[in-house]
Amino acid sequence: MASELLELTVARAAERIRSGELSAGEYFDAYREAAAGDPLNAFLWTAEGPDEGGAGEGELSGIPVAVKDIFCTEGVATTAGSRILEGYLPPYTSTAVKALREAGASVLGKTNMDEFAMGSSNENSAFGPVKNPWDHARVPGGSSGGSAAAVAGRLAPCAIGTDTGGSIRQPAALCGIVGMKPTYGAVSRYGEIAFASSLDQCGPLTRDVTDCALILRALEGRDPMDATSVGIEGGVELPSREDLKGLRFGIPRELASDAEGIERGVRGVFESTVELIERLGGELAETELPHAPHGISAYYVLAPAEASSNLARYDGVRFGPRADGDDLTEMYERTRHDGFGDEVKRRIMLGTYALSSGYYDAYYGRAQRVRTKIAEDFARAFESFDFVVTPTSPTVAFELGARTDDPLAMYMSDYCTVPMPLAGIPAISIPAGLAEPDGGGPELPVGLQIAGPAFSESGMLDAAHALERAIGFDSVPGGGS
Amino acid sequence: MIDREQVLHVARLARLRLSEEEVERMATELSGILGHVERISSLDLDGVEPTAHVIELQNVLRPDEPRPSLPRERALASAPDPAEDSFRVPSPQA
Repeated sequence: MASELLELTVARAAERIRSGELSAGEYFDAYREAAAGDPLNAFLWTAEGPDEGGAGEGELSGIPVAVKDIFCTEGVATTAGSRILEGYLPPYTSTAVKALREAGASVLGKTNMDEFAMGSSNENSAFGPVKNPWDHARVPGGSSGGSAAAVAGRLAPCAIGTDTGGSIRQPAALCGIVGMKPTYGAVSRYGEIAFASSLDQCGPLTRDVTDCALILRALEGRDPMDATSVGIEGGVELPSREDLKGLRFGIPRELASDAEGIERGVRGVFESTVELIERLGGELAETELPHAPHGISAYYVLAPAEASSNLARYDGVRFGPRADGDDLTEMYERTRHDGFGDEVKRRIMLGTYALSSGYYDAYYGRAQRVRTKIAEDFARAFESFDFVVTPTSPTVAFELGARTDDPLAMYMSDYCTVPMPLAGIPAISIPAGLAEPDGGGPELPVGLQIAGPAFSESGMLDAAHALERAIGFDSVPGGGS
Repeated sequence: MIDREQVLHVARLARLRLSEEEVERMATELSGILGHVERISSLDLDGVEPTAHVIELQNVLRPDEPRPSLPRERALASAPDPAEDSFRVPSPQA
């Protein structure tokens, strides 16, 4: 029965396909039908069938994957959620998608996202917001909101997204699934449309930690087409841990007890998860990341600065729509006015300002130094701890429109997730429980974030696996538990 | 903090036309965001090295061998106004 198929984890489905118990075609069709019906506006395009030449003999044989529409797919429209790429058919395929195909997976569809991955709610998509499967009046988070909603809403078994300041982990938390941002350089960025090149990193969004490891295993690797890619030495182990004995967890007070704006319900779930860590044999102590509270300031200078440079290429010359202009400059200016949405314009302006003559040292230069301090804070914490744990998002999913008039309030959604990409380190969000928003409302998912030193993915997945088993999160959207 | 003139100057640098309404809104919004960002000006950062990139990599090299590149017609396939095997644009001078 199709609905039963939609509940299988990737690991289980792959096993059944390998043993011949389940046909890859039947499995793909069940998802194709679900994705085509899409009640969440999660997909911008869905495939007719499995990739030709896909379903090879890999670990992901026969597995459909939802792909954030920021990854170039040859011959399939790739929009990055923007009007400025309307009609663009990439002449090549991103390495991440190629790697999934080589492992036997097929592209199920391309998912909706905040324009150029700039946003924390998916409301910045040129193609309308994605709805949270737990409550259609709420945001799924962003910018990989389509990927997160599709996986949580049983429209895809797994997905990939990108995380620059929290864009995988925050929507994973808000939709009640697992999402991981790997170490910078673990996964190739070739063919992943650039937002902030020193921060952007591709990673998995899945129903559980084992699936996350399976997808990351396929994605990671050094790629000659991305000189900043190094892969994960020794690869990624599938998680098996059932306790946390011998592991030391630090709780950075700046991102937990002392953090402003963390909802009561989120705090409650975080505290009971921390108790669970102790019950599983993990050692716990409070620690400090003194510069982490400045992460938002540093990030909202550095990321827009890099974006203002990266997005200079959208000028109506080589791809996308072109507006009329009497001369070249006017054509550029009008094309960019018509093609970019409000948030993208805001960030281009912010970044251009921060890099402009007379302001460079005060903004960009200082932000780069704060970045150094944040990385040093983590390095110091990891002398005493294997991992640090924080809430992933200060709040549960908020209502559509709640923060659209206040850019700074929206940016604060990234408070707990921004320091890790600034330091280049990996972090995972796993569902930790349900909580009501402050002021009341439905019970919604809360994510726990675990961050570790560079290239600690295997150990992190192992710890997350033990914790996931103990938490036993089995609630599903719309159905309670 | 950011006035209308500055918004127009930065928009020109960014090759971005803004409507009247957008100019007004941008001045208010950017001022608000920069007001928050300014908090880093209170930090003592003397002698701290800037970080541009987080992993230690130097001179990633590959053999300098010719290899096929994207065929011209495919590079031009998504262009709004291709002409004579090239990207055609309006004249730089009106």
